[in-house]
Amino acid sequence: MKRRLITFWRIIRTGIVNFLRNISLAIAAMAIMVVTLTIVLFSIIVNFTFSHTISQITSKINISVFLNDSTTQSQANRLIGELKSLPNVESVQYLSKAQALKIYEQENASNQQLIQAVNETSNPLPATIIIKPVNLNNIQSIKDFLSKPAISKLQSDPPSYSGQEKEAIDRITHATNVLQEMGVVAVAIFAFVSVLIIFNTIQMAIFNRRDEIHIMRLLGAGTWFIRGPFIVESIIYGMLSAAISVLIINASFQASAGALQASSLGLLDIGYANRFFNQRFIELLLVELGLGIVIGAVSSLIATRRYLKFKTR
Amino acid sequence: MILLDRVSKTYSRGSKPSLDRVSLHVEPKEFVIVVGQSGAGKTTLLKLLTREERQTSGKIIVGGIDYDKLKDREIPLLRRKIGVVFQDFKLLPNKTIFENVAYALEMVGMGNKEIRNTVPKVLDIVNLTGKEDRMPVELSGGERQRVAIARAIVRQPKILIADEPTGNLDPKHAWDVIKVLEKINRFGTTVLLTTHNQEIVNRLKRRVVTISDGKIVSDRANGGYKL
Repeated sequence: MKRRLITFWRIIRTGIVNFLRNISLAIAAMAIMVVTLTIVLFSIIVNFTFSHTISQITSKINISVFLNDSTTQSQANRLIGELKSLPNVESVQYLSKAQALKIYEQENASNQQLIQAVNETSNPLPATIIIKPVNLNNIQSIKDFLSKPAISKLQSDPPSYSGQEKEAIDRITHATNVLQEMGVVAVAIFAFVSVLIIFNTIQMAIFNRRDEIHIMRLLGAGTWFIRGPFIVESIIYGMLSAAISVLIINASFQASAGALQASSLGLLDIGYANRFFNQRFIELLLVELGLGIVIGAVSSLIATRRYLKFKTR
Repeated sequence: MILLDRVSKTYSRGSKPSLDRVSLHVEPKEFVIVVGQSGAGKTTLLKLLTREERQTSGKIIVGGIDYDKLKDREIPLLRRKIGVVFQDFKLLPNKTIFENVAYALEMVGMGNKEIRNTVPKVLDIVNLTGKEDRMPVELSGGERQRVAIARAIVRQPKILIADEPTGNLDPKHAWDVIKVLEKINRFGTTVLLTTHNQEIVNRLKRRVVTISDGKIVSDRANGGYKL
């Protein structure tokens, strides 16, 4: 047991010493890793920001059903119950005439004349049911339900689908969706290519030292005693690259916040991206470290394998 | 200690064998000199003994280990029992002299304190005290040769194989190296030495095995140099 512990520490120490002695080769391998990990981190942030933007936009969209003044409370309750049982309905909210008036007054607080006009007559606002759909792109079933004769009889006006905004919102949602999908595909391809490049770089570094591995083999060193330090060295590349990429993203957020004074860049909400980065900093750092460690370890594991084989014939 | 029974080695199918039905028996604590011209098969013989190459046919038994029954993961254990001084030194270029010698002890899990005690003693035997922190490239050929010897003997192996250890040395240093080998042999290590050096063979007065064209052509106790 004690021997194993000594050997384990030796492997780690040798890996660190080798890293320091081979720093020029290390820089080449790390440069590529830093670029990859930075792009991966950037895409993660952008992806979450887009998701946030989409959910924010969609949460503002709802369907308002305006009820006749003759509709009784029990009729309204039944309608609410039926709406809640529809598959694409997330929530249903009921506003009585008085509540609707209150909201109307709050929304138009700056226009005293209008409020006065509303208050002079008896409350002109209808009781309203606000429906929030689960999926905006699939509200046909709700539409169909609301246009049934028995239901439309209860309504004072045709339902409102968030007015004219809907179309614009639809277009933005669609654009963000497409960007998000493209982003995922692009990142997947890029990550794959860069893993190959990193793997190749580490393999080159180990190829340069294949004689060393051969000598160690001849002296009787065990497989892991030879391989261990190479893996430790590659893991150091990965960890340092991850740390550098997090620093790069952090620096660019600070630079953009100072220089642009902008809270959004086209569809990308930089303010939210920055907040997301700060709030999830530890998790993002761990993801990056994990990626760096895995890529480094796996590529050096595969790269050393062929030089460790014994002649069998 | 070393037993070869009709061992042949052919590197590529159809070519002339580098070793042709070689049989050799070396007793424990014996000092055997293998002579022969370049290409005669000396190095092949040594590569078979360290299991760097595998024999095409025949039987090899070293220190009771039958090479046919040796599993891959047991090869490192076999090599740790044999000290080898390679013709081209095979020092680790990224390690200091101290680390090169210590490496042989580190791989078997020896403690740091023991390593710090042992390595200077061995470096003293080969006259390299004071060069512990140099890198191999900073040393002369003769010094590197002596590092290789220090590394081979530091584990006090039962068998020491030295492939042309005097090849790059002037006569005085060459004789120093031979004296180190004799000393180790006196401590009980079986030594197998290959050399070209006629004077050394004649002065040592030990068993001489002559290889020519992959065959053993003579094997005389207390022999002289004759090709």
